[in-house]
Amino acid sequence: MRNTPVQLHVITRIVAFIILAFSVFLFFAGHNNPGGGFIGGLMSASALVLLYLSFDLKTIKRVIPFNYAKVIASGLLLAILTGIVGMFFGFPFLTQFFDYFPLPILGETELTTALPFDLGIYLVVVGFTLLVILTVAEDDN
Amino acid sequence: MNNLIILPILIPMLMGVILIFFKDSKTIQRVVSVISVGLMLLLSVYLSYIVYVDGIQTIELGDWPAPFGIVLVADLLSSSLVALSSLLALVCLFFAFQTFSAERERNYFHPFFLFLMVGVNGSFLTGDIFNLFVFFEVMLISSFILISMGSKKYQLRESLKYVIINTVSSMFFIIAIAYLYGVTGTLNMADLSVKISELEQTGVISVIAVVFLFVFGTKSAIFPLYYWLPHSYYAPPAAIAALFGGLLTKVGVYTLMRTYTLIFPHDPLVFQILLIVGGLTMFIGVLGAVSQFDFKRILAVHIVSQVGYMIMGIGIFTPLAIAGTFFFLAHNIIVKSALFLFAGVAEKITGTSHLKEMSGLLKTHPYFAWLFFIAAISLAGIPPLSGFFGKFALVVAGFEAGNYFVIAVSLATGVLTLFSMMKIFMTSFWGEVKFPDPQAKDKKVGKLLIPILPLVALTILLGVAAEPFMQFSLELAEQLMDPSEYINSVLKE
Repeated sequence: MRNTPVQLHVITRIVAFIILAFSVFLFFAGHNNPGGGFIGGLMSASALVLLYLSFDLKTIKRVIPFNYAKVIASGLLLAILTGIVGMFFGFPFLTQFFDYFPLPILGETELTTALPFDLGIYLVVVGFTLLVILTVAEDDN
Repeated sequence: MNNLIILPILIPMLMGVILIFFKDSKTIQRVVSVISVGLMLLLSVYLSYIVYVDGIQTIELGDWPAPFGIVLVADLLSSSLVALSSLLALVCLFFAFQTFSAERERNYFHPFFLFLMVGVNGSFLTGDIFNLFVFFEVMLISSFILISMGSKKYQLRESLKYVIINTVSSMFFIIAIAYLYGVTGTLNMADLSVKISELEQTGVISVIAVVFLFVFGTKSAIFPLYYWLPHSYYAPPAAIAALFGGLLTKVGVYTLMRTYTLIFPHDPLVFQILLIVGGLTMFIGVLGAVSQFDFKRILAVHIVSQVGYMIMGIGIFTPLAIAGTFFFLAHNIIVKSALFLFAGVAEKITGTSHLKEMSGLLKTHPYFAWLFFIAAISLAGIPPLSGFFGKFALVVAGFEAGNYFVIAVSLATGVLTLFSMMKIFMTSFWGEVKFPDPQAKDKKVGKLLIPILPLVALTILLGVAAEPFMQFSLELAEQLMDPSEYINSVLKE
């Protein structure tokens, strides 16, 4: 067995979570500030790629047993369905709605239908990035 | 506001996404595909009817008002093309069921087939030039996948060329859009039309128009830019080749029609270029077809020459010429795909697509032979089939406008087209029965022919009932030549 890069493993475990947390922040910041599903998704994907790089493919596949093609599909489905919802109330496709709700802990919060749409994009970006990188990586053997 | 317009885009997209989850089940894939394409066909016919009765329909996506948000616009041209492309998709889908291996269907054939239709329908319906680029990309990426699926060596080599040439032209597309936005500050096509007609006709606009000509010319395979087409359309199996041959270059022609009637109608230089290029395209295309001895290759090269006629029609730029262009476009979508599917049938029977290796198909498979004959002479433009009337309108329009030279070229092209179609018929259908595959004689192809029947019936119908269809085309051309109705319905002035 090869030498295990202990430092890399230890640092990756910490850093990956920092990146993931930041990507979640970016994702929620996205509606009226810089950020959003696309950037958040890329950031999350980079954290996952870091995991794949420092540990090997098999280990991570055991930990994250997702079929990324289906992640892309779910993301697309979520985004499209969010767009369709407005059509049932007589608005054009992709119309977005928002309002302010008092929520516990968070206080007065703006909830928008753009959020599930953004979540869809997030899933598509994460799924696509990892699918591409893993396909290229698996091509090696 | 009419949500009906989005449905021909939305249905295949939603269904395609759902089908990704059912990758391994052949039955579910087939059933869902047929339902969604069938639904698309019904809705698009209904949409055309509504547009015909009530005039141009628009929808502002996300409820953002017109020059700022993205609009979808269904006028006579776009709605009837959506209906035609849906019909073609249904035919190709049924043909694919008969000919495709199970493995191909498991490799996401159906989702990407549906995404291709999203791109095609979207390109027809959008009223925003950047959105047009997006739908073009959706269409191209799906076509990259469909064209390289199966991964034979030849196929991969040709699809690589296809990918590169299309990516380069997409880059120029973006550049052209950026120029246009820099000059006018808008991307909405109706708004562009207004802004550009208010501008003095400056050199910049001509430059942009020529860059657009390069972009759409590459996509629709006109004269110096067609070299990628014959090989890459030869590579994929018949059902996909038929869809590509029938639709993808025609989307390029549609965008040329749309941009030059709506955005750049004031530029005589571009129309001169279109006339010259159109003449060269059809003549050089048909020479290529005459020199070939391969069933599919002849048809693929013929696409180029047929596109030349449409380019010529846009170049002449009178209402009659535009009507003829549309009629010819519709005829070509139907007949060209039918011929590609017939080539697929011939290959299925004999195991080869080389003309000299097969002969005597008329004796062994008479129904197939005569159906092919109808489509072939329709392509060559023999009355009373549809090809004749499209060409006739174009020729009359050309004489009225005084473009005698290009008309002479188009008539010569017609003769050569007839010659190359008869070459196929004489070498492979006449003569003694001789096939590379000894069992070929007893192969039954009835099931394969059924999906093609509607296309053949339609070419006969378009020819026999040319009067009402030509009337419709003229109405459509009026609508295109006078963009005020389009502009008013989008900008609501």
